[in-house]
Amino acid sequence: MSMKNALIQIENLTKTYQQFRALDDFSIQIPQASIYGLLGPNGAGKTTLIRILNQIIYADSGTILFNGHPLNSEDVSQIGYLPEERGLYRNMKIGEQLTYLATLKGMRVEEAKTELRYWFEKFQIDSWINKKVSGLSKGMAQKVQFISTVLHRPKLLILDEPFSGFDPVNAEIIKNEIIALKNNGSTVILSTHRMESVQELCDRICLIHKSKKILEGEVNELQQQAKDCVYHIRLNINHNRLALEKYISNCEAIFDVHYSGENEVRLKLKYADQDADIIIKNLLSNSSLLHLEDQIPSVQELFVRNIKQYEN
Amino acid sequence: MSKLRLIIKREYLARIRNRSFIVMTFMSPLLFVLMLTLILWLIQFNTASTESKVWVLDESTYFEEVLSAQKVQSVKLINQMTLGEALTQVAEKEVMGLLYIPRASSVELSAEGAVMYSKNSFSIQMITPFESAIRSKLEEERLRNIGIDQAQFAEITRGYSLKNQNYQGELNLKGINEIKAFIGGAFGYLLMMFIIIYGGLVMRSVIEEKSSRIIEVIVSSVKPIELMIGKIVGTTLAGITQFMIWICIAFILFVVLFVGLGLGLDGLFQREQLTLGNDNEAFIQISQQLEGYIQAVLQFPWESMAFFFMLFFILGYLIYSSLYAAIGAAVDQETDTQQFMFPIVLPLVFAMYIGFISVFDAPHGDIAVFFSIFPFTAPIVMLMRLPFGIGVNLVEVWHLILSLVLSFTTFLGILWLSAKIYSVGILMHGQKPSLKKIFRWIKS
Repeated sequence: MSMKNALIQIENLTKTYQQFRALDDFSIQIPQASIYGLLGPNGAGKTTLIRILNQIIYADSGTILFNGHPLNSEDVSQIGYLPEERGLYRNMKIGEQLTYLATLKGMRVEEAKTELRYWFEKFQIDSWINKKVSGLSKGMAQKVQFISTVLHRPKLLILDEPFSGFDPVNAEIIKNEIIALKNNGSTVILSTHRMESVQELCDRICLIHKSKKILEGEVNELQQQAKDCVYHIRLNINHNRLALEKYISNCEAIFDVHYSGENEVRLKLKYADQDADIIIKNLLSNSSLLHLEDQIPSVQELFVRNIKQYEN
Repeated sequence: MSKLRLIIKREYLARIRNRSFIVMTFMSPLLFVLMLTLILWLIQFNTASTESKVWVLDESTYFEEVLSAQKVQSVKLINQMTLGEALTQVAEKEVMGLLYIPRASSVELSAEGAVMYSKNSFSIQMITPFESAIRSKLEEERLRNIGIDQAQFAEITRGYSLKNQNYQGELNLKGINEIKAFIGGAFGYLLMMFIIIYGGLVMRSVIEEKSSRIIEVIVSSVKPIELMIGKIVGTTLAGITQFMIWICIAFILFVVLFVGLGLGLDGLFQREQLTLGNDNEAFIQISQQLEGYIQAVLQFPWESMAFFFMLFFILGYLIYSSLYAAIGAAVDQETDTQQFMFPIVLPLVFAMYIGFISVFDAPHGDIAVFFSIFPFTAPIVMLMRLPFGIGVNLVEVWHLILSLVLSFTTFLGILWLSAKIYSVGILMHGQKPSLKKIFRWIKS
């Protein structure tokens, strides 16, 4: 499979520490202007992959293409990295510190200062500019850290657990910023254990387990593929009850039938190999629809199910 | 390379803005002066407090004159007292001791029977003045017995000093070798202190980045080796700044002390003249000698010394500070560094000792030559040898070249090794470091 608009193309990446294999023949493609979820249990190899992308460590074999060319040291200026283990210089003024980090990424000082003002106004933290990090609370420091990741306008953002340390209000602000960055063309790699964030934000995900890719694809597609093809239906019987009951008991695709109250029925309809539309039409000839739901597994379920499957 | 410049700038500013750095820079010269004053004052106080603490019971009366004439120890002459009474009184009072000289048929016999009584044993410094006073009286007595007068005796025992010239017929100054070794030793010591102070700063700065966890962000922007070199250079520049400030303050203090307090050099000479009395000949001789030493010191190969001093200073410092950086990367906290400090400080101290022993003894002997070439001791030992001059039978040019080449190669090797330890170590958290683990990092 080759993606035309992939920002990152990783092929057959392998990395071994002494006896331990951290990444094994690993290949993925990350499309431009998307949010890509990197999931997996602790120690699966996510951090290794992220560090290789940041050129902090190097793979033993395999290739990485960045925007079509082999990843090289110039590309670090295009990458913004928020590591899981993060921190700032405690005794350096925040404004100075952020400018320094941006210039290390290759930005010019004046440009960095302009960007700095933009973000500080956006987050309404103008007054912090001459403060030292040691005077900030954890949540405040996290905000500064987030700005340091995006200040140099990187094409690729690598965010490792970006919401840790934020209260729900600030987590929401950061989440919206991530979406805005994506809409402006940035590509985001999001590594997190918060499955609800993945569900909400990610276009594609990759599940890594024991140094291997065990699941990859568009979130919706993966969910569709993994679903059991069962409609959960609730009906209000408002016509011929006997006829309806007879139809239900004769229909092979219907199971788990529960009658409740005077004229309500809950049932499940397996629609994979039957013509579900006709069955529903027949049901509705003697009843009206209260609720119909296609049961889709959550990312959380996908995660757990696939890991279990792999273990077996 | 502009990234390297950014790192150097940040490190430099971070160091010199540090509060303890500022305090150290401006307080330590003051503390030094204060300490010096305190020591001088204490010495004075010490001698003052032990004045007039020796009683003399000279039953023979032969020695009363010379004993009270000596100015070093103040004495109190007592008489009309028996030895027993004197001893009881001395024991009761705050008196250092009692010198008892018995009455006898001759000066010799009296001196023979003399005893210094004291509660605690006397120091050599304390007892020598009495000894020499008694000896001078004895000499006088013996000369008279043989029938030689004082002037003749002085003529017989007049001193002699052998001139030492080089093959070109220029006069060599005695003790100039000691002065040279001392100057070299001062430079060596300076280098050692510089390494220990600023190498430690490099190490702490690495630990700080590691423990604040900013390191991962930084190494995602720059290569670890760039960061390491930037740190070493930035800290070194801060160190040089501090040294410069110290030198300036020392100069100002010097000027204030000597000019401000009216202690000009002329005054010093005048004083010397006074103490020498009207013996103009002796004064001229001494001042000529002094001039000779000053001339000799000025004739040192200062330019080449300064040049090679810089080279060896930089090389030595770089070798050791990269080791410090590697240690900083290997640990999580400063308390974990102890086990690694010993192997670093050991060769430094060893170089100082071997330098003092071998260079003082024979500046171009085999031992001195070997350790001025061996890379880990070379910077210090070579700095000690350099004041003796460069040339045949001195610091030979091949010594210098070999030493520089080996030091530089060692520096590259250490840099490579440290960079390996550094690049692995900075990402390791919560691991107790051990030499075994570090060897594994190097191999990986």
